[in-house]
Amino acid sequence: MKLELRGITKRFGALVANDNVNLVAQPGEIHCLLGENGAGKSTLMNVLYGLYQADAGEILLDDKAVKFAGPGDAMASGIGMVHQHFMLIPVFTVAENVILGHEPTKFGGRLDMQAAREKVREVSAKFGFEIDPDAIVGDLPVGVQQRVEIIKALIGNAKVLIFDEPTAVLTPQETDELMAIMKQLRAAGTAVVFITHKLREVQEVADKITVLRLGKIVGEADPKSTSSELASMMVGREVDLDVEKSVAKPGKPTFKVEGLSAWNHSGTKVLDDINFEIHEGEILVIAGVQGNGQTELTEAIIGMHGKTSGSIQLDGRELIGKSVKQVLDLGVGFVPEDRTEDGLVAEFTIAENLMLDRSDRKPFAKGLNLQLGYLKQFAQEKLKQFDVRAQSIESTAAQLSGGNQQKVVLARELSRELRLFVASQPTRGLDVGSIEFVHEQIVATRDSQIPVLIVATELDEATQLGDRIAVMYKGKIVGIVPSSTPRATLGQMMAGISA
Amino acid sequence: MKRIMKEFTGGSAFLSILAVIASLLVGGVLIALSNQDVQTTATYLTARPSDFFHALWNAVFGAYDAMFRGAIFNYQAQSSQEMFKPITETLAYATPITMSGLGLAVAFRSGLFNIGATGQIIFGAMFAGWVGIYVDLPWYIHFPLAVLAGIVGGGLFGALVGFLKATTGANEVIVTIMFNYIAALLLGYLLKTPLLQAPGAVNPISPPVKDSAKYVFFLGDQFRVHGGLFAMLIAVVFVWWLLNRSTLGFRFRALGHNPSAAKVAGINIGLTYILVMGISGALSGLAGTSQILGSEQVLTLGVAASYGFDAITVALLGRSNPWGVLFAGLLFGGLRAGAVTMQADQGVPVDIVLVVQSLIVLFIAAPPLVRSIFRVKVSKEAVA
Amino acid sequence: MKQSKRTPIALLLMTIIGAWLFIAAPSGLTTINISTDSDIFKLPDFGVNIALICASALAVQVAGFVGSAYLVLARNRKTPRWVVIAFAAALVIEILVSLFAGKTMTFTSLLQGSLALAVPLIFGSLAGVLSERVGVVNIAIEGQLLAGAFVSALVTSLSHNLLAGLIGALIAGALVAWVLAVFAIKYVVDQIIVGVVLNVLVIGLTNFIFSTLMVSNLPLFDQPDRFPTILIPLLGQIPVLGPVLFNQTLIVYLMYIAVAVVYFALFKTRWGLRVRAVGEYPRAADTVGINVFRTRYLSVMIGGALAGLGGSFFTLGQVGAFGKEMTNGAGYIALAALIFGRWNPIYAAFAALLFGFAENLQYGLAIIGSSVPSEFLLMLPYAMTVVAVAGLVGKVTGPAASGKAYIKS
Repeated sequence: MKLELRGITKRFGALVANDNVNLVAQPGEIHCLLGENGAGKSTLMNVLYGLYQADAGEILLDDKAVKFAGPGDAMASGIGMVHQHFMLIPVFTVAENVILGHEPTKFGGRLDMQAAREKVREVSAKFGFEIDPDAIVGDLPVGVQQRVEIIKALIGNAKVLIFDEPTAVLTPQETDELMAIMKQLRAAGTAVVFITHKLREVQEVADKITVLRLGKIVGEADPKSTSSELASMMVGREVDLDVEKSVAKPGKPTFKVEGLSAWNHSGTKVLDDINFEIHEGEILVIAGVQGNGQTELTEAIIGMHGKTSGSIQLDGRELIGKSVKQVLDLGVGFVPEDRTEDGLVAEFTIAENLMLDRSDRKPFAKGLNLQLGYLKQFAQEKLKQFDVRAQSIESTAAQLSGGNQQKVVLARELSRELRLFVASQPTRGLDVGSIEFVHEQIVATRDSQIPVLIVATELDEATQLGDRIAVMYKGKIVGIVPSSTPRATLGQMMAGISA
Repeated sequence: MKRIMKEFTGGSAFLSILAVIASLLVGGVLIALSNQDVQTTATYLTARPSDFFHALWNAVFGAYDAMFRGAIFNYQAQSSQEMFKPITETLAYATPITMSGLGLAVAFRSGLFNIGATGQIIFGAMFAGWVGIYVDLPWYIHFPLAVLAGIVGGGLFGALVGFLKATTGANEVIVTIMFNYIAALLLGYLLKTPLLQAPGAVNPISPPVKDSAKYVFFLGDQFRVHGGLFAMLIAVVFVWWLLNRSTLGFRFRALGHNPSAAKVAGINIGLTYILVMGISGALSGLAGTSQILGSEQVLTLGVAASYGFDAITVALLGRSNPWGVLFAGLLFGGLRAGAVTMQADQGVPVDIVLVVQSLIVLFIAAPPLVRSIFRVKVSKEAVA
Repeated sequence: MKQSKRTPIALLLMTIIGAWLFIAAPSGLTTINISTDSDIFKLPDFGVNIALICASALAVQVAGFVGSAYLVLARNRKTPRWVVIAFAAALVIEILVSLFAGKTMTFTSLLQGSLALAVPLIFGSLAGVLSERVGVVNIAIEGQLLAGAFVSALVTSLSHNLLAGLIGALIAGALVAWVLAVFAIKYVVDQIIVGVVLNVLVIGLTNFIFSTLMVSNLPLFDQPDRFPTILIPLLGQIPVLGPVLFNQTLIVYLMYIAVAVVYFALFKTRWGLRVRAVGEYPRAADTVGINVFRTRYLSVMIGGALAGLGGSFFTLGQVGAFGKEMTNGAGYIALAALIFGRWNPIYAAFAALLFGFAENLQYGLAIIGSSVPSEFLLMLPYAMTVVAVAGLVGKVTGPAASGKAYIKS
């Protein structure tokens, strides 16, 4: 089935998320929609899938105009979607998730679970998946959950299948497997729309590339384009994909993690005998697919993780057993992976967010009284220093763009007297300009002879930013290697194979 | 003061006023429907419509006029003392409602849904009552000690909720609802034991509080308004300072908006839960002292009256802002005081207050609804 | 996996209570009467030795605690559900026998009274289940019960038709639920606020109309007929349970059906799957074409209608007249039952029965002149719920999206 979008425009208030967008996806073709974070890719696909209503423009299937009041209509017309955030219900079984919305029933509206299991097995067999229809989805690994999501999208005989940023949660191997699945779909005559910002993936599978920037189509790109050609199209200017960084001059190893293990609430071991050390003036990147213990590692370092054993030492002082506050006081700067969830209070002003960690002590407080005068002065200073684009220090964090939010977090965390800097996926979801700024700040921090720990899920960032790379898999460190290690080796390590 | 004015001339205050008007209108409809004269004249509406509208006006205006006379100023009274008594009644009702409402405001701003004002008032009243009844001390020690006991009682009962939430993650809504019943039953039990029951009494009632522990009736004994009023004003200022100027309040608000960010920033979440609920409960405990050491002076099962619910509505109507809570408390105090006169004069049951009160909160909570009732246009700026 | 130590700790605490009861147990017998006049086989009264019962109960408890501690600490396994149930049963029997020491416990009438108190609680908890499973917190059960009680009394008094009264109750409950749904779903108001306020609104309205209208002519407005009890042949003659369960009014039989139907509908049908999906992850449901809002409205209102039906039991099943605030907090106990029953209609019904039993026990004890303060028995549902939400007896978690409004961006 041929899909065509004509002149789609979608506004949110004053923001134009999609501006007169045209796109044609042919059957048996993988059409890549390439764009930066915030370029409007997901909005466009949500319009196509009936989740949003376009303000202008039309959708055509096999040259016939269609109108979708909701996702149900889109699905009935043969459009399936593999969502970036899985639309799966964790407490339901695979079969229940797959049939939701078009359930096979017996007399009286009773669910026909036997038929549901059959359907799951049938589609699984076609793609060589091995999935137990009765498994609870929440218990499955992320990669398998994505396959459930794919089965779900295919079960209604989808002729157009949209993949929205599907590789963010996958290992390199799983990504390769996903690419194979896409090719298989293409061979079967499905029109595949693949949304991503990762150039390497585009180059591997795309038959056609459409680049979206700031809500507008910039043009089509040749699938044989080089990375830097694609990148400059995506960003709108020449981009230097490399991080500017001098050779590290490591000093003493002041941060040491020895025999660190941790357990989660249900008693599962999430960190298993972690050992590493970071020297002053050195960046160690923890690489790996999300969910392999990186979150728990950073939580353990700043004192947020409940059950831990082993040792974490900074300047010879033990961090385990200390509260978050005590750890921060020892000079740890921390940028959490989810800045809106953990880094900022959205309803607070920029100024208030800047003193979140030190609101109860001098110079921000005198006794129990807040020193609002000092805060104002401090905030104005930081606003300038970190180039935060905001109307004033009284703007709330929620009014800022992602990049400016991250700058506020950095401003706060870097304005303490630091002995260690930890940042978890510090560029996640940022535009290229902000990414460059964040990278500069991280390198500058290293160059002031502070040990730096960065958690990265994208290999490119890991190799460019890191002086050394530690790869994590299932709560263990598979190995610590120099950043010059080949991608293929790193990819294998990310799947748990030691170098 | 500028800030306060801004709060009240801003869009939300305007909508609050509209919500109050809408609720009073609905109350008027109920009053009219239940009025005998209106019912009889309605039967010959087409023949003599003027009778009907006359009756309608009499019923509704009569009721709200009586409410005004009961709540603010009784222009029909003979003596000046009687004329000004209504406003003192309003203040007397407003005192505990506002105190407790402030407590809930602190909790709401900190993201905790404290529905347990009733239980916390009861605990405050039990503690203050026990000290007021059984301890023998000169007034300058006895009175502050009794008030402190009430604050501690309410505070501890509130802090227990915070403790359960901090240690086990128990949902505070459910826990506080359950604690309200547990507190009421515990009071019922203690009022049957020598610990609180008056010697020789058959009913569940305590001996009276000693004079040395009472709030001062500064307008004389014929008025019910008492020194708790000043305690209430102090509480308003305290809560304003707490929420807007203190480091503790900053942490409370951070917790209220985003607990995980607060945690990452080194704020001790568990301790903060306990502090929030402790302070919240303490303010309701203070309301308990206003009851037992002021208005009631003996402990009975009805010591918390409906103030637990009133406090919720006051905190919501006041948008959990201390000055807003003060105004809302005065408004609802006036409704309570006025309703008594309305029932005596016009035969309109006091229950109409409950209806008006709940409607106000529903309307306030749903601004689009109020806007559509009054067809208020939303300006472009308000949306952006 | 490391198992939580909460269960053995809770069991240890209860074992200590059991041990104290055993030490304090009076010597002598408790007589138990389990027969009624309608039984086919008359079972004679029999006496049980209190010390013996307490000793065996304590033995069960100690065994349960040791077993649980061993499993959790040494074998790192969960304590089986049946161990906890046996443990609790032993404690309840021990408490009952001790309370009625030297007296006669008329078991059947105790159970009859318990069921009567539990009927509105069960309907109320079903309303809660249907509402919370679809993602709307229902604190307004109390208001739904009260509205049902009021309207059924008024309608039946005026029409002299019991079925009309029942239909009135259904509509009244559904109407309160509709208001809850509108505010929660359309106006995205905090669901707890709406619930609390609705309860007071219904109290205010019913009080107001009662005082202005009903009181003016009680025979006309507030003297409804009552449902007769229907003895079901054979089933009603089963010893002990027969007269308790099968000599009841129509409303009670409807209650049995409602529990079964709600359970079946929620867990075995397409509709139920969708309801649960919406309550867990509304966006996921939306992306497969399920109408989140319509599903929520419908489920919440069906729940409200059931609560209304439960309310009619106060007026048409028991009292035969409406009284101000006659539900007296039953809605909140129903809420407790629903949480204690883990959002499952059948568990919730049993929790409601348990709470009804605790409430009714005070009357049984009053008859024999026991000195146990009734307040503590009445406190039991509330205290048990606090214990449940504090997670002392296993983890209690509701539907993931319960209480969260769905905004369709």
